[in-house]
Amino acid sequence: MSRPEDHLPPDLFYNDAESRKYTTSSRIQHIQSSMTHRALSLLSLSSPSLILDIGCGSGLSGSILSSVAPEDGGPHVWIGLDISESMLGVALEREVEGDLFLADAGQGVPFRPGTFDAAISISAVQWLCNAESSEESAQGRLTRFFNGLYASLRRGGRAVCQFYPRNEEQKRMVSSAAIRAGFGAGLLEDDPGTKSAKTYLVLTVGGGELAGDITGVVEGLDDVDVVDGRRGGGKVKRGERKGGKAWIIRKKEQMERKGKVVKPNSKYTGRKRKIAF
Amino acid sequence: MKLLTLNFLTCARRACKSSADAFPLHPRDVELEIVEAEPNPSFLSNILPRLEWPALVTLCAELGLPGLPGEAPEVAELTAGEDGKGGKLAEDLHRLLLETTVKEGALVCGSCGHEYRVKEGIANFLLPSHLV
Ligand SMILES: C[S@@+](CC[C@H](N)C(=O)[O-])C[C@H]1O[C@@H](n2cnc3c(N)ncnc32)[C@H](O)[C@@H]1O
Ligand SMILES: [Zn+2]
Repeated sequence: MSRPEDHLPPDLFYNDAESRKYTTSSRIQHIQSSMTHRALSLLSLSSPSLILDIGCGSGLSGSILSSVAPEDGGPHVWIGLDISESMLGVALEREVEGDLFLADAGQGVPFRPGTFDAAISISAVQWLCNAESSEESAQGRLTRFFNGLYASLRRGGRAVCQFYPRNEEQKRMVSSAAIRAGFGAGLLEDDPGTKSAKTYLVLTVGGGELAGDITGVVEGLDDVDVVDGRRGGGKVKRGERKGGKAWIIRKKEQMERKGKVVKPNSKYTGRKRKIAF
Repeated sequence: MKLLTLNFLTCARRACKSSADAFPLHPRDVELEIVEAEPNPSFLSNILPRLEWPALVTLCAELGLPGLPGEAPEVAELTAGEDGKGGKLAEDLHRLLLETTVKEGALVCGSCGHEYRVKEGIANFLLPSHLV
């Protein structure tokens, strides 16, 4: 796959023509929407929240935050940062509800401490792994971004960044910058090893009423079967792979018979994923 | 940009991080616009305790908007009244925080004097690299 960040800085790549093409492509709309929903489910917000959207672009991700129904804990109010004027221009035309800032996330996050309940970033953080000038390093940009993000979230807050890491090395570079900033961090992968692999960096800020450590987040996932995970043991039936979908569903049935509450099966049940750290 | 957002926004310069004057930013030559929005009472209740009330009072004064009470209201007041909708207080806060927006003008840091331009509601927070 060709990586646009290898060729141009983001504000030049996302020019007027590209921003329009990006926003009107039904394929892209579909992918960005499903990733935003996935990120939202990882945030598990139960009431209307103030959310930062980093690299909000033309507002494809943000519009979804505005349209969460009251019975699902919405609608949320969001503030978006983006480095491309053209993308923000398209967002204006679309009359998105969030407030928009022309800003470079690699320069930090200009909000007072504890501002946001949560943050999302959909398909943007890989851009931060490039230095845009000789005066700065990718490492420095990531550090300023994650330090700023950490401070701007309230205690117990969460952030989910879906991004396209170039390789394992870049995954490590991004997540260790987040951890150094103070976050609890986990990497979650949907469909790893396939063409549609998606990487989500799930970040938690300790304190507050939400479980701040990453195990808390994993327990909160609507599709991770917490019952089987770390305890191990038990028999694996023939034709089932331990941890596979069939195995998980059988385990869930067992637990349900014992009167335990288990998460309903979803299309994510038993999907391949990896949680590091 | 909603006035709500201005209650959280600070100067982006690192040199201003520890300065008490880098918040709130001060409006200069701004044009306001009312953009109607659906009331979102649970959001208001969520955000009210997080507001920096004195900064909001200052902002209203600087913009020439009708005065606010000197003390922040309690969250319970937002759900007071016969219908549980908080009456005029909830309406006023909704109007002020979520419907009153800065359309054009600038926001100025009280510490370093940097001026952030606002055009069509979008504030430019890109810093030249020597100011980062
Ligand atoms: C693939 S688009 C995603 C936009 C939006 N989140 C969505 O889901 O449609 C990536 C966006 O990240 C923005 N971006 C890249 N580097 C950035 C930076 N350093 N600061 C802020 N935004 C950046 C780009 O301008 C672009 O709009
Ligand atoms: Zn300043």
